[in-house]
Amino acid sequence: MSAGLLVEALSAAYGPATVLREVSFAVAPGETFGLVGESGCGKTTLGYLLGGHLRPGGRHAGGRVTVDGVDVLALDAAALRRWRRGGIAFVHQDGAGALDPTMRIGAQVAEVLRLRGLGRRAAAAEAVGLLDRVGLPGGAARRYPHQLSGGQRQRVMIAAVLAARPRLLVLDEPTTGLDAATQAEVLDLLARLRAELSAAVVLISHDLELVGRHCDRVGVLYAGRLVESGPAAEVLADPAHPYTAGLLDSAPRRGVPRTVRRLAAIPGRPPLPGDPVAGCVFAARCPVADSACAPAEPAPADLPGGRAVACVHPRTAPRRRAETAVAVPAAVPVAEPLLEVHDLTRAYAGTAVLERVDLTIGRGEVVGLVGESGSGKTTLARAIAGLHPDGTGRLRFAGADLPARLARRDPDVRRRIQMVFQDPDTTLNPAQTVRRILERARRTLGGEPDVDTLAARTRLDGELLDRRPDRLSGGQRQRVAIARSFAGRPALVICDEPVSALDVSVQAAVLEVLAEQRERTGTSYLFISHDLAVVGYLADRIAVLYRGVLVEQGPAHAVLAGPHHPYTAALVGAGRPAPPALAPAAGCRFFAACFRRIEGLCDTTAPPDTQLGPRHTVRCHLDPAALPRTDSITSISITSTSNTSISSTSIGGVPA
Amino acid sequence: MRTFLLRRLAAVPLTLAGVSVLVFLATDVLPGDVGRTVLGREASAEAVAQYNHRLGLDDPLWLRYGRWLGHFLTGDWGTSYTLGEPVAGLVRDRLAASLTLAVFAFVLLVPVALGAGLLAGSRHDTWLDRAVSGVGLALGAIPEFVTGVVLLVVFAVQLHWFPVSAQPAPGDGPFAVLARLFLPALSLVLLCTGYVARHVRASTIAVVDGGYVRAARLRGTPPARILARHVLRNATVPAASALGVQLQFLLGGLVVVELLFNYPGLGALLLQSAVDRDVPTLQATAMVLGLAYLTVTLLADITYRLLDPRVRLAVPA
Amino acid sequence: MTARVSAAVILLWAAVALLWPHLVPHDPALQDPALRFRPPGPGHWLGTDQFGRDVLSRVLAGARPVLLVAPLATALGVLAGTIVGLVSGTVRGWFDDIVMRVLDAVVVFPTVIAAVLFIALLGRSPLVVVLVVGAAFVPIVARSVRAATLVEREKPYVDAARLRGEPLPSLMAREILPNIRGTVLVEATSRLGDAVFAAATLSFLGLGQPPGSPEWGAAVSDNRVWLQVAPWTVLAPALAIGSLVVAVALFSDALRHRLEAAR
Repeated sequence: MSAGLLVEALSAAYGPATVLREVSFAVAPGETFGLVGESGCGKTTLGYLLGGHLRPGGRHAGGRVTVDGVDVLALDAAALRRWRRGGIAFVHQDGAGALDPTMRIGAQVAEVLRLRGLGRRAAAAEAVGLLDRVGLPGGAARRYPHQLSGGQRQRVMIAAVLAARPRLLVLDEPTTGLDAATQAEVLDLLARLRAELSAAVVLISHDLELVGRHCDRVGVLYAGRLVESGPAAEVLADPAHPYTAGLLDSAPRRGVPRTVRRLAAIPGRPPLPGDPVAGCVFAARCPVADSACAPAEPAPADLPGGRAVACVHPRTAPRRRAETAVAVPAAVPVAEPLLEVHDLTRAYAGTAVLERVDLTIGRGEVVGLVGESGSGKTTLARAIAGLHPDGTGRLRFAGADLPARLARRDPDVRRRIQMVFQDPDTTLNPAQTVRRILERARRTLGGEPDVDTLAARTRLDGELLDRRPDRLSGGQRQRVAIARSFAGRPALVICDEPVSALDVSVQAAVLEVLAEQRERTGTSYLFISHDLAVVGYLADRIAVLYRGVLVEQGPAHAVLAGPHHPYTAALVGAGRPAPPALAPAAGCRFFAACFRRIEGLCDTTAPPDTQLGPRHTVRCHLDPAALPRTDSITSISITSTSNTSISSTSIGGVPA
Repeated sequence: MRTFLLRRLAAVPLTLAGVSVLVFLATDVLPGDVGRTVLGREASAEAVAQYNHRLGLDDPLWLRYGRWLGHFLTGDWGTSYTLGEPVAGLVRDRLAASLTLAVFAFVLLVPVALGAGLLAGSRHDTWLDRAVSGVGLALGAIPEFVTGVVLLVVFAVQLHWFPVSAQPAPGDGPFAVLARLFLPALSLVLLCTGYVARHVRASTIAVVDGGYVRAARLRGTPPARILARHVLRNATVPAASALGVQLQFLLGGLVVVELLFNYPGLGALLLQSAVDRDVPTLQATAMVLGLAYLTVTLLADITYRLLDPRVRLAVPA
Repeated sequence: MTARVSAAVILLWAAVALLWPHLVPHDPALQDPALRFRPPGPGHWLGTDQFGRDVLSRVLAGARPVLLVAPLATALGVLAGTIVGLVSGTVRGWFDDIVMRVLDAVVVFPTVIAAVLFIALLGRSPLVVVLVVGAAFVPIVARSVRAATLVEREKPYVDAARLRGEPLPSLMAREILPNIRGTVLVEATSRLGDAVFAAATLSFLGLGQPPGSPEWGAAVSDNRVWLQVAPWTVLAPALAIGSLVVAVALFSDALRHRLEAAR
């Protein structure tokens, strides 16, 4: 009887469509195994199947799951139920969905204890203790889920895991959707949990970096196959499968701009479950595929160092490390201002969403705007676009006043400010074909010669033009949206999280199209993202928004490397989360979460803007010399400049 | 919650004022010459004018409305043109009769509809679900007088299980009263069950397919405990508002059912007074029905909010 | 399957409404005291009523009033409701506030009470029934069209259209309306069911056609005193109403499912 989790040749299907095919891996007690893959690769199905659960219509199609010697999929319903009580626990992405909205959280944790045989009283008391241990002290047990924040709900789920004391813990995107600081707290808590339980842990994520930091070993899932597995550090540093290499090359890294390393998208899209596959499932998108890949699906083969890969040509895919050597720019040329935002304030239902925001975007400049969800990024974007006019403050565009209300703007000015939106599913009118959408935009915006040129510039295939949006992939839709915003001659395009709903391999292509359009037209961008790596890839300057206040803005490299605001430091990953304190009514909004806060000053007095360098300001009480720095960012830039560059011919174009 | 209550209660007089204006306009402006109607074709023009003047019918509209509303609010509802008795007493008796029928129907409706909805929802996509949903849908589309007629033919005329008329007979015991009310109540229940059951079914499916029931299953919670602790409450909360809507339907349906079963209720009185142009009775009946309607709507909203902690404890925005 | 069967039933009744003069075995108004209360049998397949009139012929002839009134009322309610809901939801602001307050007040008033009040006082005619039923639908349709409009309006493609300066009519007609047509279609079919329901009920209450008409609801009402003597005189028109409303309801439900599945 082996301890830990053992998965052997596990397959699952929905109807005729195979979603998992002969997946095998093992996780020892106390070990964390990361499962990475893009949406639709089968990772969530796999997570559920480890607990003997399949969504309606799903079918176990072979293979075994063994946890501490128990053959999970062979258990009957009653035995499975008994085993689950101490055998397995799950933490899912959405803590709110897993909690009953009509039950107090204490009762929900106690329910787990009751299943393990505790009496009513003892379970209730123990639940309060467990909630206290995950940082929800005292009266929290009597709260309902809707009274908690997303991070707090994940803590409740962790308390429930502690109550179950499982042998196997499945974490399915446990921190996706949380902001950077909360993400760090939850991951911290999960690390302690793992140490205490000595359970086998499976961490499912789309985020390579996260898996690299928190897992001992990783497995890469593609179209239901485990194409590569091995120790996390080695797989990520030296991928053996071309798909792993492609994923790494298409993901932006924090602090590495496009001038240093260009992203390479993986061409095409993953096969849908049920698509016929002959030979290697990745061959259609693979840069090194040849006739040897066609006859049969490659079986996972062992490599030295505890690694395995399912590829005919392992370790042959060309890697893209650095392209252009760029020295740290001495000074950013001061561009003539195109858009000026002065003292802008916006509120929803009496709560300030933006507070006295000052921001300037120069002609031809890309200004990146970062901040967690709810920080007011989208409100700022919509205010500039004229879609959220109610509030105070002044806007100037190309040297003239810009009315807040869209209807009051001069039609010519209005046409010159366009937007690209976040959600690819709703960004296009579903009732119109791509051609009609672009034609209408071209006519009303009065620009480009014809639709075909527009499509070609955003690398849209001509045959897509007569389709409706529901027949396009997410990446294709975003490229249509970009084409639409460039149908006239925009001076400013506001990109509101244009790639955050896209998979890594697709997002690179969209970022490249945006970069090319800017190079061709000299249009300015306000580029919004919660992801610092994505922002840093395109932006000349970066502005950091925290709960409606712009805490820092300056040249991209200076903002990322520091000295910078403690919140920016937390975003970059250097800052440690501080023990939470009550947020003060006056003073700095970041006070409660700041690891450098000065009691008696930061909680009472609003911080001033401090000039750190040319066009670089920080809104903080700390002395410039005391502001945190993030050395890793500096070192990434320096090492990347010293890297040998791959010749630019091998980079080629970004596939359509 | 408290602000919600205050806001809703504040809206009640406003809506009632609207109802009163509508009722007054419909009954005062539209029916034409009351004196002529009452005194008949042979009466002289002077007699008609004198009659109208004595009743104040030649005063300006706003004055007549004010006077009418004043009388109504002080409980002076006038005398029925056709029956000759005071309207207040008449309406009170009829209201009591209608409420008996409505409450009986409601008491039958709740368990039937909740049971059907929970059953269909938890057996989602089986033949049982399809049967319950399909029958509920069909019954909900059929006017209550049609189901009532079929019920009468089968259970009263053919099988003699229940009386044909719901009109109370002197000396009826409580059991006999309920037996008389059963068929009218059932025809109302059949109409409303489908709608409520459909809501319960939809919310049951949402709950059963939802995250926390799956999470409970993945923790090894026994099915009976899942049903009792998670499904029942979450699935029936949305049903409260569906039941509220159906109560309004029930009130409207009273008119039809009372006519079909010869039951002396408020609905029958409304119809009769409208046909007879018995204006004081019509006004009072419409006002009381409107008030009952508003009360029911309000109660349903409040119940819904009390049941759901998300709404009950919501921070006022 | 359900959709096809129910569509067939609806079409059948529509054909009857149109062609009944060629289909009836007897003159529906022809009275014959000698033939009073004949039970169903050869010659009179659904029996005869208290005046000796042929029940089958009267049921066939009774299809026309309902199938005239209900679609007209539906068309009126859906058209006006869609316009109100679409404009109100797109324009928002004070206009929307006022419209919604008015609709709230109207929808709170019980339909049957309002219908009884108006028809009793305006006089009974098919036109009044169409107007009253259609008007009762306006707030219902307007609310759901407005709700759908609000959802669509918040979507980025509408923002994009506003940013490039599409005028309001174009915003409504090109961007929003094509994407809420499912809602409008479902509203239309469900309201059609309600309209048949309402027309039959008003007819039963004696508020429909003038007396003597073979209208189904009135037939049930007129004959219910003979329920114990000649149940067929009541059952036949009642089942005719039942078959039509159930067919419309099932068709509407099937349509809704199909639209939801397509989404």
